[in-house]
Amino acid sequence: MKVRPFEDVVAAHGATVLRVCRAVVGPVDAEDAWSETFLSALRAYPDLPADANIEAWLVTIAHRRALDVGRATSRRAIPVDTPPDRPSARADPAARYPDLWAALQRLPDKQRLAVAYHHIAGLPFAEIAALLGNSPDAARRAAADGLKSLRKLYPEDEIA
Amino acid sequence: MSTKLFDELHADDDTMARLHQRLEREAATDELLDVAYRTVDSPVGPLLLAATTVGLVRVAYDVEDHDAVLTKLASAVSPRVLRAPARLDDTARQLDEYFALRRTAFEVPVDLRLAEGFRRSVIEHLRDIGYGRRESYAEVAAAVGSPRAVRAVGTACAHNPLPVVIPCHRVVRSDGSTGQYVGGAAAKTALLDLEAVRE
Repeated sequence: MKVRPFEDVVAAHGATVLRVCRAVVGPVDAEDAWSETFLSALRAYPDLPADANIEAWLVTIAHRRALDVGRATSRRAIPVDTPPDRPSARADPAARYPDLWAALQRLPDKQRLAVAYHHIAGLPFAEIAALLGNSPDAARRAAADGLKSLRKLYPEDEIA
Repeated sequence: MSTKLFDELHADDDTMARLHQRLEREAATDELLDVAYRTVDSPVGPLLLAATTVGLVRVAYDVEDHDAVLTKLASAVSPRVLRAPARLDDTARQLDEYFALRRTAFEVPVDLRLAEGFRRSVIEHLRDIGYGRRESYAEVAAAVGSPRAVRAVGTACAHNPLPVVIPCHRVVRSDGSTGQYVGGAAAKTALLDLEAVRE
């Protein structure tokens, strides 16, 4: 049986997991959450079953790490009512998304997590329900409601 | 996904590179970096270098397929394999010096766990064949106490986990022709020619 070098896992999933972290804990804590996620994953990797869904496994670890990071920093909020001027579209996306984070932050936790895990990581609702401690139907509703609210708070045409 | 809304969360290459470097450092600190690797350019093509915490465990030519070599290392040593150049800095520098004719012997810790039994004996002997010298497969067989195992010596050389650093290229045919090589006959000739320059 072939074993994938961990480097392949980082290369294949690193960017997606960072997007999930950015949506879940925001710009200040995302890189810490990413680093803790991949360090934990590296530690556990030799014991991962060969048929495991690696992206779901990483998101599960990121979910737990994000809760830890969130608890540790007690959510350093970014002011919502005084958004910075929007920089040019050519700037580093990371410099632009605080506005999006400001909108994400206004969603209830379960909606924000359901949106991130489904619309960014592509996890099925059954797996999201296991992470959120609710039912697949409730997870589906949370993702749908979250996305709807987000579109109101942050219309897509502003991105262009 | 269904929406472009989250495109803004996408990270640029610099950010991913910075996070990767942080992972390399933290993995080493937490003793989770079982296999570190990098590639270097050389006159005989790109070389893959891989090291455990013990020492250099693998050098591989391009023709060996670096991805396949890394996958084998993941099975044979540990799946905790990361592109982490720092551990290989010293080896890379010594290889540069070797190819620039400024070094005749490698002084790096080695991990010979990929060579076992008879092959290990052959590999150990190869380390004693000095720069610019040549031995025949028959002489190596005799030196390791199995004078009739000439063909097995050839196989052992072909499976040398550390070509260039452990000089299997210095083992040639009794008639003086260079013979086969893990990096291809042209690479073997190139190394022998390079080492002949100083003589």
